Amino acid sequence: MLRGQAEDVNPAAGRPRPPTDADTDTDTAVDTNTAVDTNTAILGRLADACGLAGDEGEVRTILRETLAGLVDEISTDTMGNLVCRKGSGPLRVMLDAHMDEVGLVVSGYDETGLLRFKESGGLDPRVLPGRSVLVGPRKIPGVIGTQAVHLLDKEEKDKAIPTKELYLDIGARSRDEAAAAAPPGTPVYFSTRFERLSDRVVKGKAFDDRAGCAVLARVLAEADYPGLTILGVFTVQEEVGLRGAQTAAYRLAPDLALVVEATSCADVPGTQPHETVTRLGCGPAITLADANIVVPPGLRGHLRGLAERHGVPYQFRRLTTSGNDAGGIFLQRTGIPTCALSLPCRYLHAPVNLLHLDDLAGTVRLVHLFLESLAKGEVPL
Amino acid sequence: MDIFSELALLSRAASVRGRESGTVELLKRRWGPWLDDVRTGRLGNFVGLRRGTGPEPRPKVMAAAHMDGVGLVVTRVEGGGFLRVTSVGGIDRRLLLGQEVQVQGRRPLTGVIGARPPHLSSPEERTGTVPLEELYVDTGLAESEVKELVPPGSPVLYRQDLVLLRNGRAAGRCLDDAVGLVVLGVALEELARVEHQADFYVVGTVGEEAGRYPGAVTAAYDLWPQIAFAVDVTFGSYPGQNDPTGTYPLGGGPAIGVGPNCHPKLVALLEEQATEAGIPFSREVMPGATGTDAWGIQVVRGAIPTAVLSVPLRYMHTPVETVSLDDIASTGKLLARAVARVDRPAVEGLSCYEDKPRT
Repeated sequence: MLRGQAEDVNPAAGRPRPPTDADTDTDTAVDTNTAVDTNTAILGRLADACGLAGDEGEVRTILRETLAGLVDEISTDTMGNLVCRKGSGPLRVMLDAHMDEVGLVVSGYDETGLLRFKESGGLDPRVLPGRSVLVGPRKIPGVIGTQAVHLLDKEEKDKAIPTKELYLDIGARSRDEAAAAAPPGTPVYFSTRFERLSDRVVKGKAFDDRAGCAVLARVLAEADYPGLTILGVFTVQEEVGLRGAQTAAYRLAPDLALVVEATSCADVPGTQPHETVTRLGCGPAITLADANIVVPPGLRGHLRGLAERHGVPYQFRRLTTSGNDAGGIFLQRTGIPTCALSLPCRYLHAPVNLLHLDDLAGTVRLVHLFLESLAKGEVPL
Repeated sequence: MDIFSELALLSRAASVRGRESGTVELLKRRWGPWLDDVRTGRLGNFVGLRRGTGPEPRPKVMAAAHMDGVGLVVTRVEGGGFLRVTSVGGIDRRLLLGQEVQVQGRRPLTGVIGARPPHLSSPEERTGTVPLEELYVDTGLAESEVKELVPPGSPVLYRQDLVLLRNGRAAGRCLDDAVGLVVLGVALEELARVEHQADFYVVGTVGEEAGRYPGAVTAAYDLWPQIAFAVDVTFGSYPGQNDPTGTYPLGGGPAIGVGPNCHPKLVALLEEQATEAGIPFSREVMPGATGTDAWGIQVVRGAIPTAVLSVPLRYMHTPVETVSLDDIASTGKLLARAVARVDRPAVEGLSCYEDKPRT
């Protein structure tokens, strides 16, 4: 159960934390761990689930089951977006996280039974060779192999292999066998399993944007803000062009929207400090602008002010390229004020992602604070 | 023998050269029941003996498969706890980026291989591989913890469980040469059911991937067998290969090497036994160095007749090396049949070259 956890504040270790209503005589360490465990459990389930753009059913099912009875209304639309409404106040707030992940799609076969594939969403093809994958809804194991390094010409050894030259091997021995096992259009997922690497860092696939889904699920389960209609939207097809968010925002016509995303985190060797985009474990990243939108200064300033007043570690997303569902939402109807919070995620759009649980907890906390202040009428719109 | 689970155990136990002791311990447990004697060589080889029933002095047959796999080792811990690495053996640089790895430190850690992220690199950079010295391993742990747990020299291997594909094929890490070791296990199991004259030495060798075959040559010197087989993997065929003639189909049975490293009478013995048993096989043309333990063994002491028996394997030196489990079974059976045919006259015949005059 997500509801009823006493404590979701989890500031960066060692930082003083201002008192909250939940701070009574309970042991903080225990409460913090409970919150982390709750977050971890839902994130793990969502990350291990599989869904490419247009194929979000498994993720949708988990979210629907998780939130049944914890929100006032759950519905789907023709695109496949999952809309969870909580409250029926006059101010309509859309919270957005997308369900789809990047992966591959079966596109053809050769006579020996090997499969060809295309990319779904933006991938660096250099992460594909030598990879184990899961094929289709039954998750048949497969591998993406390469010609043995011994047999390569010298110049080939340091050349990235383009996706169109790669094959997927499920062990099939003929074209017909391969096509029957994985018809054209069959999705292919990375086989990475969710695991904790340490107290605070977890490994898995698809944290973009299952981490956002986990944040939203937890916030929706706990939210109780009279005055607000919270429209939690788990969107489809973000990775192929912010498709689901656009139509959902049009249909729901919110007064404002908050997107919860995962973003690049390049705080690693070989990068300059100004190139890191975000730093792991330093809190949710507030978007100033991205490839599509400039966040209204009042909204982003408000988020920053909340974080500072309540001692929630935060950072700014230090990149102006790339984008998320915010770019699909803000242009709907006569314009929808939209802001975004991003969870730093190392190795985004690659098969193995790393995420810091303090960032997850901090994002949950900041979204709650945002909703609370909206309910109090404090947000400049 | 459940070949998949044997292969899974050996794949999991694998490490780089110099770190073969986990495999040695595993082989002691797995093969113990079929062996009359087990010891460890001075360089770390596993040496097991299954005695034959022939009169003394019995011929000695050795079969070798190497225990080391390709991988990386930690060279230093960077600020932030990132590990810098170098390669051991012929690593394929094209597939390191984004791989999940197992750091064999004071306790096993999970990590991921990273580099300067793609959004910061130019399109030209992305058409090439990232130089090994620019890659790092990220374990997600704090620097102090990493320094304590991961001394320089710790091996880093791909983290990949063995997976079963369709048609009895399996994919995983270090199947080069876990496959060869399973073949030796199958042969031992077979020989436990039939009478064999010769003493059969099964050897897990160290350091094959580094070249010079240190494990193989020292074991061959020590045991001084009359016959030695190297059991390794060869290139499984798949489309788009530069030279498809040097590759062998998965499911097509073992590849029997022919060439200067392969004694003609042993080749004949293997081919005759395969034919008799209805085991399909290919002939692998090896005009020079075979890149197997046999290359080292052949010239030990006053020469040892050698042969090379290989299981076809796709995607060599990747985390998803792929083989047919049937090929492992049939290669093991063939090896056992060949060993069972060795007696004193057969061994004496190996130095007789009755060359016919050419006309």
